Amino acid sequence: MRSSWTRPPGWVLLPALLGAAVVLLPVIGMLSRLDWAAIPELLTSESSLAALRLSLWASAAATVLCLLLGVPLALLLAAAAANPNRFRAAGLLRSLVLLPLVLPPVVGGLALLYTFGSQGLLSGALEFFGIRIAYTSVAVVLAMTFVSMPFLVISVETALRGLDRHLLEAATVDGASRTQVLRYMVLPLLSPALISGAVLAFARSLGEFGATLAFAGSMQGVTRTLPLEIYLQRETDPDAAMALSLLLIMVAVLVISLAYSRSRSTWQQ
Amino acid sequence: MRRSSALISTICAPALVLGCADDDDAELQVFAAASLHSVLAEIAEIYTEETGTEVQINAAGSSTLVEQLSHGAAADVLATADETTMEQAVESGLTSGDPEVFAANHLVLITPPGNPAEVQGLSDLQDSAVDTVVCTPQVPCGAATARLADSAEVGIQAVSEETSVTDVLGRVRSQEADAGLVYATDALQAVGEVEALELPGAAEDPNYYPVALLEGASSAEAGMEFIDFLLTNEQAQQILQEAGFTEVDR
Repeated sequence: MRSSWTRPPGWVLLPALLGAAVVLLPVIGMLSRLDWAAIPELLTSESSLAALRLSLWASAAATVLCLLLGVPLALLLAAAAANPNRFRAAGLLRSLVLLPLVLPPVVGGLALLYTFGSQGLLSGALEFFGIRIAYTSVAVVLAMTFVSMPFLVISVETALRGLDRHLLEAATVDGASRTQVLRYMVLPLLSPALISGAVLAFARSLGEFGATLAFAGSMQGVTRTLPLEIYLQRETDPDAAMALSLLLIMVAVLVISLAYSRSRSTWQQ
Repeated sequence: MRRSSALISTICAPALVLGCADDDDAELQVFAAASLHSVLAEIAEIYTEETGTEVQINAAGSSTLVEQLSHGAAADVLATADETTMEQAVESGLTSGDPEVFAANHLVLITPPGNPAEVQGLSDLQDSAVDTVVCTPQVPCGAATARLADSAEVGIQAVSEETSVTDVLGRVRSQEADAGLVYATDALQAVGEVEALELPGAAEDPNYYPVALLEGASSAEAGMEFIDFLLTNEQAQQILQEAGFTEVDR
């Protein structure tokens, strides 16, 4: 029954190939410009390594933050959407949470600056606690979390809506507490969505540029992530910029393929 | 009418690659460093009035302009914010004839109004308690900053090294930084929002702004005429100086 659906009509082949070309051709164009012999040297420069290191750990930190805060948010949204009395509120909250998706990242960066900057909305409170965010790696993680959160919330909320509510209700009837249902039923059932959501959030964090540039600043080893380093190298050494772009693509492809192969095996279980 | 052509050039600047430049009215295409945009627009207005030749300005970072040109963008005149970038254009065979310097610009120290960190000079920027923002050494304003710091034997402790001088201005303007090093022209654009401090030695070691005719110029004659106008016309030089550029001895 399902096999008839998974095989689309033949005519989709042409637009599908065009679609793939739109995404892949520019990448091929970039690869054709690479000076392959010089790549090892370009990639192992101190500034490149510092940027890669920062990008990787900051993206990982942002992904963890997205999971810790985004999953509860998705649970709340899905619950509200299932309740007819709160349906509208849920819709409004959802559109607000998804705002970073449509906001130009630079605007997001400015918004963060006006909130967490030294003259921002929370400057008094931050100063009181002696917390400094501007020009630190914390600002990088914050900018990444801001732009990546919607990806995780969407993945998880969509999956939550697809869960069998009767099954979960039956578990509650059998005496399981709500936390137990969440821990032993909902989260395991959600694991493919959690993985794909986390991967999307990580990939988006890795590519994050505008918000970081506008909010965090640019300092080697502290706030200059791989995309910022690429932007800077472009000024003087386009070859180095291309090599770094290749590195970014390789890391992203690696993470995405690893995660999807894992989530596929989860599906098959 | 004149306004509309300036407007078109502003709209077209980022879209140039998409072919927005095909405007029949524009007889002269000028690629200019971002810091020159408003002054050149003003000078071009007078030039158009006197000669009848319409001028279209594409403003971007100097190295971006050279990159666009080497990828086949068509233009008649190139004006960059430093000599190094112009040299790259010359070496790539993009120019025809020698570049000529038409203006100079030097670094000044800027602080938010009231100078909250009480910065008095370059040496105060060694204090890590002062949030200093500078340009990164890879871009012209950063190279000038490094030169200035070296000759004054000061190790600047910056919290951020921006890719563009306007970002440095922005951070001081929004009071997110206590001090920054920008060009005199940038400081002048934000009078009232930042306080500027002249630095000893900065004016003696400025960045020079060269202009050159391009190899692919559709009208070499009109291009040369515009360059001459820029170099010798009194009104043009006055506009440059009012914007904070300094005159160059030739």
